[in-house]
Amino acid sequence: MDKIFGIYGDALALRSQRLNMLASNIANAATPHFKARDLDFDKAIASIADGAAQNDSVKSHTGYRVPLQAAMDGNTVELSTEQTLFAENAVQYRTTLSFLDGRLGTLRRAMKGE
Amino acid sequence: MTNPINIFDVSGRAMAAQLTRLNTTASNMANARSVARTENEAFRALKPVFRTHVESSDFATVDVERIVQSDTQPKKRHDPNNPMADPDGFVWEAGVDEATEMIEMIEAARQYQNNVQVLQTAKSLILETIRMGK
Repeated sequence: MDKIFGIYGDALALRSQRLNMLASNIANAATPHFKARDLDFDKAIASIADGAAQNDSVKSHTGYRVPLQAAMDGNTVELSTEQTLFAENAVQYRTTLSFLDGRLGTLRRAMKGE
Repeated sequence: MTNPINIFDVSGRAMAAQLTRLNTTASNMANARSVARTENEAFRALKPVFRTHVESSDFATVDVERIVQSDTQPKKRHDPNNPMADPDGFVWEAGVDEATEMIEMIEAARQYQNNVQVLQTAKSLILETIRMGK
């Protein structure tokens, strides 16, 4: 499996986990003391490529967001930031998906002998 | 999936929480300017208390922990013609700050919308993933 899909399978899983984190940030936009978190995708995927397990990689590359302007109630969610990153991450998920889809198409054509 | 909840739960519960906030705001607005005979009987604004509910390393949803009465004090007003007035001619007006409530309402509606948007995006991504290879 890994040889067929390369790093794209891991990339899709990481994108999906980052989507969860960003969704959690948006969900907690009004919760006092909530600290927004994010996954450093580039570093996480690099460590997976070096052979790290996905869970360890996610854990060690998840950090807290530094807000531009802290709210009085200790909440560090800034909706504009979170929404932009959420949209960006969704597009990147789609891109990875289309790479995977292309790989599947290639395989199918190879099996049919076209 | 090893996670006990998914992105739909996260956003769904956040929407429920924002709706509770909208409901309390609506009842606060409805009771604004209502009067009572004594300070204790006067209405005080209701506020939901939100609390983060961490499920796993990448999911954190939100719950309404409880609903508390705000500490906005009822206002004492001299209105001897009011049937609710006490023998000295004073009534107690509900402790509701209408400007705060309006802001609260707009903010709750806005954050509800954000969560709807998250749900829509997540749904379309999941559907596209299912269709992969077809």
